[in-house]
Amino acid sequence: MTGHSPEIDPHTGVETTGHEWDGIKELNNPLPRWWRFVFWASVVVAIGYWILMPAWPALPGLQGNTTGVLQQSDRTDVASDIAAMRQDRAALSARLAAVDASTILRDHDLSQLALSLGESAFGDNCATCHGAGGRGAKGFPRLADDVWLWGGKLEEIERTLRYGIRSGHPETRTSEMPAFGRDELLPQDQIEDLAQYVMQKSGQRADAAAAMRGQPLFETNCVSCHGSDLQGDRSKGAVNLTDKDWIYGGDAATIRRTIYGPRNGVMPAWVDRLDPATIRALAIYVHSLGGGE
Amino acid sequence: MATRPSWLMRNHKLLEKNSYILLIGILIVVAVGGIIEIVPLFYLKNTIEKVEGMRPYTPLELAGQNIYVREGCSVCHSQMIRPLRDEVERYGHYSLAAESMYDHPFLWGSKRTGPDLARVGGKYSDDWQKQHLIDPRSLVPESIMPPYAFLDDRSLDLSTIQSQMKTLKLEGVPYTDSMIARAIDDAHAQAGEDYDVEALRRDYSMAAGRDNTVNVREFDAVRGAPSELDALISYLQVLGTMVDFSTYEAEDLSNQR
Repeated sequence: MTGHSPEIDPHTGVETTGHEWDGIKELNNPLPRWWRFVFWASVVVAIGYWILMPAWPALPGLQGNTTGVLQQSDRTDVASDIAAMRQDRAALSARLAAVDASTILRDHDLSQLALSLGESAFGDNCATCHGAGGRGAKGFPRLADDVWLWGGKLEEIERTLRYGIRSGHPETRTSEMPAFGRDELLPQDQIEDLAQYVMQKSGQRADAAAAMRGQPLFETNCVSCHGSDLQGDRSKGAVNLTDKDWIYGGDAATIRRTIYGPRNGVMPAWVDRLDPATIRALAIYVHSLGGGE
Repeated sequence: MATRPSWLMRNHKLLEKNSYILLIGILIVVAVGGIIEIVPLFYLKNTIEKVEGMRPYTPLELAGQNIYVREGCSVCHSQMIRPLRDEVERYGHYSLAAESMYDHPFLWGSKRTGPDLARVGGKYSDDWQKQHLIDPRSLVPESIMPPYAFLDDRSLDLSTIQSQMKTLKLEGVPYTDSMIARAIDDAHAQAGEDYDVEALRRDYSMAAGRDNTVNVREFDAVRGAPSELDALISYLQVLGTMVDFSTYEAEDLSNQR
């Protein structure tokens, strides 16, 4: 067909492709003009993008890539966003971190700031274990009361926050209750007697004879941490056994289970995760929940 | 309306009537598509930051990752902290490519029904992880996460862990022969059983280039052979903790992208 002049369809005036199938011919319409415009516009935009934005990597084996005229980088952006945020908060953060905690409590503005900062940080980091508002959960102490394991003063709360409890951090608060049953330090019947003694001392109904047998056992095995008055010892995080406040539960079965193999609960250290001002704000927030000393 | 056909159209007959020329033409067109898909793979090294502290997962952690994949955790939890201020404030340093270089498959996820887990390692205690996996709503009342209590009852199947490590080694994960040979002992040792812990620590500290990167304890607080819960918790507790950020220079130009 080359060399022949193209055939024009008489009805539309459009050239045909020259192919014919059983008398049916195909019109050779060009692509719509708008489509071709969009196509070439995309090509132009792509080339512009290569010039403005990071696009082409270096040759294989070499590090880096073209940075583009705009020098755009998400990582530079976030670094400057965070720097700006720190700048915004610098003045107040510095005051929070520099002044000692009890001074903050006396300063209305500063304590309000600490409380609002502390509340949001608590929701993000602490409420998962200690519950919203510090109501606690089985195994995770309630913070909204005045019972403290390691101390309820601001400085003591802050230290717990910074280094955690049995967290593995070199400065962590730590103590370890022996596993009297699991490590076979005491036979099963003596553990039962001890449990009954603790039940009796915490004001619950107990088997008096068993409790009587439990008392000397308590004095040989438990007083060094929990004290002869069973009031506990904050320097060791030993709980007060005479009150109604229990971390894991105060029924006979739970107490037996704890003596058999203790829980030795863990709180993570936050010193490497949160900045000093946030930790201080958290300490003030926790202190304010109800039981701060 | 009638325009003169382009040069290509006028000569297209050549391609259509000579099958070998057409074949060559097809090869060229397909090759263009192939190159566009393949060339970026030559640049993988270029995208991974140089960091210190990354090591392959221990056998127990690897088994935990398998459970993470099997249970579809990545359907609801991402492992990708984006370089945005709010994310960095909530979750910590944004994720680096280097942090998933030993993940096969990577578990970045694409959706957050639950929170991001890229740096969950060490954020909560083992006890919390255990109780939360067994009954999430006992700790977080508003949670919609399904309970995974059955993991506590199932003993960990380590029968394929060595072949998996060999396969990963082929893919470029730097497992040594000693790591692969000792894999099953290592898994028991890490879960707090009476096995050679020092060998485990030595191998993986050497890979990491620093000490104390292996958590050794009874993750599920139960003595004896590791359960699936042990493995999963050991994996969760190491997430995002490997890179030594004290030596990572985020401001360095080669790390700004």
